Amino acid sequence: MTSDLAPTPSGPGQALRDWLLGRTGALRRRRWVDYAFIGAFLLLLVVTATVSDVFFTQRNLSNLGRQAVTNGLLSLGMLIVVLTGGIDLSVGSVVALAAIMVSGLSKGGMTLLPAILICLVVGVAAGAVNGFFIARFKLQPFIVTLATMGAIRGLVFVYSDIPITPTDPAFRAVLGAGFVGPFPVSALIMLACYPIVWFFINRARAGRAIVAIGGNEEAVRLAGINVSWHILLAYMISGLFSALAGVMLASRLGIAQPSVGSGFELDAIAAVVIGGAALGGGGGGGSVFGTLAGVVALGMIDNLLNLFNVQSYYQQIFKGLIILVAVLWRRKQ
Amino acid sequence: MTDGDFLVMRGIRKSFDVTEALRGVDFGSQRGEVHAIVGENGAGKSTLMKVLSGAIARDAGEILLDGAPADVSTPLAAHRLGIRAVYQEFSLVPHLSVAENILLGQMPPSRLPGCVDWNAAHGRAEEILRSIGFVGIDVRSVVGRLSVSHQQMVEIAKAAAVRPRIMILDEPSAVLSQEELNRLFALVRQLKQEGTLILYISHRLDEVYEIADRITVLKDGQLVGTVRPATADQGQLIRMMVGRSLGEIFPSRKPPRDDVALEVKGLGREGSFSDVSFSLRRGEVLGMSGLVGSGRTQVVRCLFGAEPPDRGELFVEGKRVHPRSPREAVNEGIALLTEDRKRDGLVLICSIRDNASLASFERMSRWGIIHRRRQAAEVQQKVKELDIRPPVLDRLARQLSGGNQQKLVLAKWLMTRAKVLILDEPTRGVDVATKVAIYQLISDLAADGIAILLVSSELPEILGLSDRALVMRQGRVVAEFTREEASEEKLLAAAAGVRQ
Repeated sequence: MTSDLAPTPSGPGQALRDWLLGRTGALRRRRWVDYAFIGAFLLLLVVTATVSDVFFTQRNLSNLGRQAVTNGLLSLGMLIVVLTGGIDLSVGSVVALAAIMVSGLSKGGMTLLPAILICLVVGVAAGAVNGFFIARFKLQPFIVTLATMGAIRGLVFVYSDIPITPTDPAFRAVLGAGFVGPFPVSALIMLACYPIVWFFINRARAGRAIVAIGGNEEAVRLAGINVSWHILLAYMISGLFSALAGVMLASRLGIAQPSVGSGFELDAIAAVVIGGAALGGGGGGGSVFGTLAGVVALGMIDNLLNLFNVQSYYQQIFKGLIILVAVLWRRKQ
Repeated sequence: MTDGDFLVMRGIRKSFDVTEALRGVDFGSQRGEVHAIVGENGAGKSTLMKVLSGAIARDAGEILLDGAPADVSTPLAAHRLGIRAVYQEFSLVPHLSVAENILLGQMPPSRLPGCVDWNAAHGRAEEILRSIGFVGIDVRSVVGRLSVSHQQMVEIAKAAAVRPRIMILDEPSAVLSQEELNRLFALVRQLKQEGTLILYISHRLDEVYEIADRITVLKDGQLVGTVRPATADQGQLIRMMVGRSLGEIFPSRKPPRDDVALEVKGLGREGSFSDVSFSLRRGEVLGMSGLVGSGRTQVVRCLFGAEPPDRGELFVEGKRVHPRSPREAVNEGIALLTEDRKRDGLVLICSIRDNASLASFERMSRWGIIHRRRQAAEVQQKVKELDIRPPVLDRLARQLSGGNQQKLVLAKWLMTRAKVLILDEPTRGVDVATKVAIYQLISDLAADGIAILLVSSELPEILGLSDRALVMRQGRVVAEFTREEASEEKLLAAAAGVRQ
């Protein structure tokens, strides 16, 4: 017992070790469902490797990585919101807003960096609107973000009802199609966000408060913590990641459709849930590591079904089933 | 209890976790009788009634109606036997109308299949209300918009409407005005005439003496005795309710210091309490007792900024403060341990580390990042001081026993280094060993100069720890006793509004 009382080492090295081996989460609190999940994941890999000779090519893997960027970013924001006990349905619309704005601004002659920054600020602002109504007026996150999901989509079409092609060639070359060695730049940026968010959730004061709010909002309020501010912050972070995802998506596709991003919220919610988070009241369970696993698993399934030329309708059905199974598995943990 | 009784409950036992709420109660009652059940908070009155009405299952014992075993395994089964209960917590559907609530499950159908004949429904509901003497309530109005006392009347009407054989009233008068109380008594007498057995729980002894044919006293989950109002006076009854020794579980106390830590002047909040004034010195334990609903909890929530007061002034160490939120109160050095640790004390899904430092994150972080080493060291220190087991910082709060959970909430507030510590029912639902540990801790904290406001329903606790004791009744401080003057009889009498 006394060894458990030894002071906890800290520092970046320890933080990394914690993240991987999990003093506070990730791999340590593994239950059989997680083993089942990891097992299923490995099985999928083995089956793929034997059946497809294309999957393990660098070209396909980097494709997979680039395609997972959008969901990878959205899921991070979604995770933080879900940890507060909320949900953000507006992420897909914010993706479209950022994508079309960055393209429009670039086409209008603005240089890239300010254009991207403006889009990120707009994303944070959209999140702030969500958070304001949810925190200030105690409205249901589902309803508020459902409303903003529609409103922001409308805003996108007001901005431009036709697709916009960003003109600056650097935009596509660096972000969307750029590589560092064999790794796509966009995937690296996305992956870099994971340890940052892990650090935020597990080490930052605000992150711990957000996790605690999801568990018992009233206890946190009575502990003298400003609950409204932290809820606002969570939705602003989700808005930020949605906007970042929108910018990356526009640069990968090389064109921004006003209709892009619809349904993206489902994939993000799915990744977070597969990663172990409990939707709705009660909070808890969600981890950065689990979410990343969820993102990778969903991305792989998409990729595989593509390789096997399965129609996208069937992909939807398949993904829906996976989400149901994941939630069933985690019921009554 | 005699064998000829209409209702016989024999050897009833019920435990919640480690707490024995009922320890073999033998209770009997007759048709057409108003039988009052009295006792301190936690004596087991409500539990006994809930066993009878099917709301909770008994662990052991038998229940006979008219000499035959009665199936009260569920509320529905109890309803079929003609047993109806009105609890302190309402069971009304707030957004349905009065008529719908009264006729819930038996709305008159109209000719159109699946539809309701609203005229008939309203007529029937009005008739029911009239027949039991409740007038002045519009059956079309939505229940949630009615005053609490009218809701209580609807609740009673709903139960009385079916002409039950046994009607249980659990503290029905707590929210009623005098006029409504008179109507309720008229209804009770009417039901009694018709042969209904009325089981009436109340803290208000005046009331009990006015309406009851017999009075049964429960204490610590056991039946102390049954008396007739004519043969036992209120003093005797209170002794039966209290009658226990303080025991040797309370630590010795050091005298408080002279400087005032907290001063409250004329604090009031519309609808819950008014004109509450007291002062609390450093190192002093000020007890605050009173029945459930007397306004104690509202007062401490106001002191802590969880609810804003309408008027009054607050001084911490001589400095005027107005905490408008718990955040401001914490910054002023006030801490509140709430009465329900699971509802608003702990984040059950979080670890000991997070829970203990939740109220002191600010002090432990720099640039918004928590200083993990300092956090761990401070939490470990408190875990050790309070002997929280297991002393594993990553253990989740929900994995701890009730006693250790309570210590964890205490640890959270001690870590804020508060000057004024408000404890609302600090030993509720913890085992005896933890109780003793918490008493010792309270004594030690006071000796260190912390001012403690101890709110408790357990009179021995108030008497054993407090330097002074306040009693609240119906939103006011009605009495103050020094340690020497105070006794259970005096506190209880003041709380129940009995003139001595």
